[in-house]
Amino acid sequence: MRDVAVVGFAQAPAVRETHGTTNGVEMLVPVFHEVLGNLGLAKSDIEFWCSGSSDYIAGRAFSFIAAVDAIGAFPPINESHVEADAAWACYEAWVKIQTGEVDLALVYGFGKSSAGKLRRVMTMQLDPYTVGPLWPDSVSVAGLQARAGLDQGKWTEQQMADVAVRSRADAKSNPRAQLKGDYSAEDLLAEPYLADPLRKHDCAPITDGAAAVVLAASDRARELSERPAWITGIAHRVDSANLGGRDLTTSPSTVGAARDAGFDKVDVAELHAPFTHQELLLRQELGLNGTRINPSGGVLCGNPMFSAGLIRIGEAARQISSGQADRALAHATSGPALQHNLVCLMEGRD
Amino acid sequence: MTTLSAPLNVEFDYTRSLGPVLGRFMTGLRDRRIEGIRGDDGRVHVPPVEYDPVTARKLTDWVEVASAGTVQTWAWVPEPDEGQPLTHPFAWALIKLDGADTAMLHAVDVPGPEHMSTGMRVRVRWAAEPVGSIHDIACFEPGEAVETEPTQGEPVTMVTTPVRLGYTHSASSEEARYLNGLLEGRLLGQRCPVCQKVYIPPRGACPTDGVPTVDEVELPDRGTVTTFCIVNVPFLGQRITPPYVAAYVLLDGADIAFQHLILGCDASEVRMGMRVKAAWRPREEWQRSLANIDHFEPSGEPDAPFETYSQHL
Repeated sequence: MRDVAVVGFAQAPAVRETHGTTNGVEMLVPVFHEVLGNLGLAKSDIEFWCSGSSDYIAGRAFSFIAAVDAIGAFPPINESHVEADAAWACYEAWVKIQTGEVDLALVYGFGKSSAGKLRRVMTMQLDPYTVGPLWPDSVSVAGLQARAGLDQGKWTEQQMADVAVRSRADAKSNPRAQLKGDYSAEDLLAEPYLADPLRKHDCAPITDGAAAVVLAASDRARELSERPAWITGIAHRVDSANLGGRDLTTSPSTVGAARDAGFDKVDVAELHAPFTHQELLLRQELGLNGTRINPSGGVLCGNPMFSAGLIRIGEAARQISSGQADRALAHATSGPALQHNLVCLMEGRD
Repeated sequence: MTTLSAPLNVEFDYTRSLGPVLGRFMTGLRDRRIEGIRGDDGRVHVPPVEYDPVTARKLTDWVEVASAGTVQTWAWVPEPDEGQPLTHPFAWALIKLDGADTAMLHAVDVPGPEHMSTGMRVRVRWAAEPVGSIHDIACFEPGEAVETEPTQGEPVTMVTTPVRLGYTHSASSEEARYLNGLLEGRLLGQRCPVCQKVYIPPRGACPTDGVPTVDEVELPDRGTVTTFCIVNVPFLGQRITPPYVAAYVLLDGADIAFQHLILGCDASEVRMGMRVKAAWRPREEWQRSLANIDHFEPSGEPDAPFETYSQHL
C-alpha cells in the first residue's frame, strides 16, 4: 500500500442560506482558492479531482457538471463524482492514489440545502416501493431511531441535550460554524418537541456549504505539509436498506468499517452525527470512552449536505497537522438512520 | 447584490415494475392480505425482501401474517407534509405484525402523542379502494385485527409513485445582470480577467480559469452561425413546423456561442459562417429571457471567414 495523507483542508462558512445557484460554483471558488493557496499549488498541479453532491439537493440534473466550472476545466482534467457525501469521494481519491496513477488529488463536496425542503428531499433515499411513497421525512426517521434507544435505556434525553450543549460550546472556536454559544441542558430540555422525541437542538441545522480536502502520496505529502495526517486505514460498510429489519440502536456497519480500517485507539474523533442520539450511539458502538469528540462542534453546529462527512476528515486531519493529536478517527454517514458508514483513521508521524 | 429567484417545482410519476416478490406483496395488499417472506435464518420479513440479507440467497418461502401488530418505536408528526398517509397530525411507527420478525414503517392515526406508546397494539385500516400499493394500507389504528372481506383480481405488476419536490431556483449575480439586461433589450456578457474571453450568458466562474467573470461587456445583436442542424423531426410541444434550423450563434465580440433559431430564409440556405441579426419581439412582450429575441435572420452581410469562428466550434 502507498502512504497517503491529508495535507490540506478548507471549507465555506456553514450558513442557513446562500444567495447563489445550486451548482455550488460561488461557494467552491473561494474554497479552492484557499486550499490551493495555502499549499502553494496551482490547479494544474492537481492530478485527480473527485466530488460528492446530489442532484436532488440541487433540484437539477447533472449539477456536478456545472460545478466543474469552479475548477476551470481546460485543458481537460481527470475528474470523477459520487452521488454521496464527499467522504466517499475521498475514498475514491485514496483508491486512485493507491493505483499509482496519481500522487495528488483534490476532493470536494457541496450542497445548497436551503433550495428545497431538505427533510422531504431526503425521502428520496428511501425504498421507493414500500417506504418512499408514504413520504416519511428524515427528521421523523431519526426520531424512530432516537425513541428506540430511549425505550431501551441506551441513552436519555438529558444525555442528548448534553451533546448539543457541548457541541455548541466547542463550536465557539470554529469560525466556520453556523450554531455556537453557551447553553444549558435544562433550558434546551424545556423547549417543545419538534418531532417527539426530538427537539430542535437534537437535529443538525439546515446548512448551505462546501469543502475541499487535498490528498497526497508519500514524498509529495512530506513536501506539502510539515505534519501530514497519514491515512492508516479507510473503509466503509452499509446496513440493510430495510429500516424495520435493522436494530436501529446499533450500527454494525460502523463497527465493521472501523474494524476494516484497523481501529484501535485514538485521541480525537470527528463523528458525522446529524442527530444528538446518533453521536451517543456511535460512541457506544466504537467504544470511544474518554476520547475527545468533535472539537469542531460537529454537524450539530453546521451540516452542509454532501460535504459534512468530508469536513469530518478535514477537521480530524487538522487536529493532527496542528499537533493537537497523534491519532484521529473521522466518521461519515449516509442514508437514513446511520445506514451507510465510513471510517477514516489518521496519524501523525514525528 | 441583486439576485433573481423563482419557484422550481419538479414533478415526475415514476412507474416501477415490481418483479415477483414485491408484485406478490402488492397484489396481497390489493386483496387485503399481508404476506411476508421467510429468510434463511427463519425470520419472516415484512415487507418481503427479494434476497436474504445475510446469505444473499433468493427467497421464495411465503408466509401470511396478521393485519395487526405491535409498535416497536414511533415519532410524532405535528405538521403532516404532502403525500403522507394522513393530513392531520399522526405518528410514524415501526410496526411488527403478528407472525413477522421485522417491522414495517407506516402511519398510526391517534389524536395526539399521549395516545402513542411503544408496545401498543395496532391494526391495519384498509383503504376504501385498494389498487396494489403501500397506500392500500391507509394507516394503522389502535386495536386488534378484524375480519376483512378479501377481494381478488389480476396480479399487480406495476406501481406508480408520484414525486413532487419544490425548490427555489436562484440565478447567480452574473446571470441576474444578464437577465435584467435582456429586460431592457441589452445583451450583457462578461470578460474573464485571466484569459480575456467574453462569455454570454456570463458564468459564475470562467470554465477555463475557475475565476469569477467580472468586467461587463455589452454585445451587439448580430453575429455568425458557427454550426447548425435542420430539425425535421416532429415532437410533443413543438412550436414551429419542421423543417427549421437550430443554430449556434456567435455574437460579435463574444467567445462562446449560444443556441437560437434561424428564420427568414429557407432552411437549406443556412450555412456555417452565415451572418445573422436578431429579430426582437415587440418591446411590450419583453421578459428576463433570451426569448425576447424571437429568432435570428440573415443580415445580408458577406459570410464570415472560417478563421473568425474556427476557435468557437
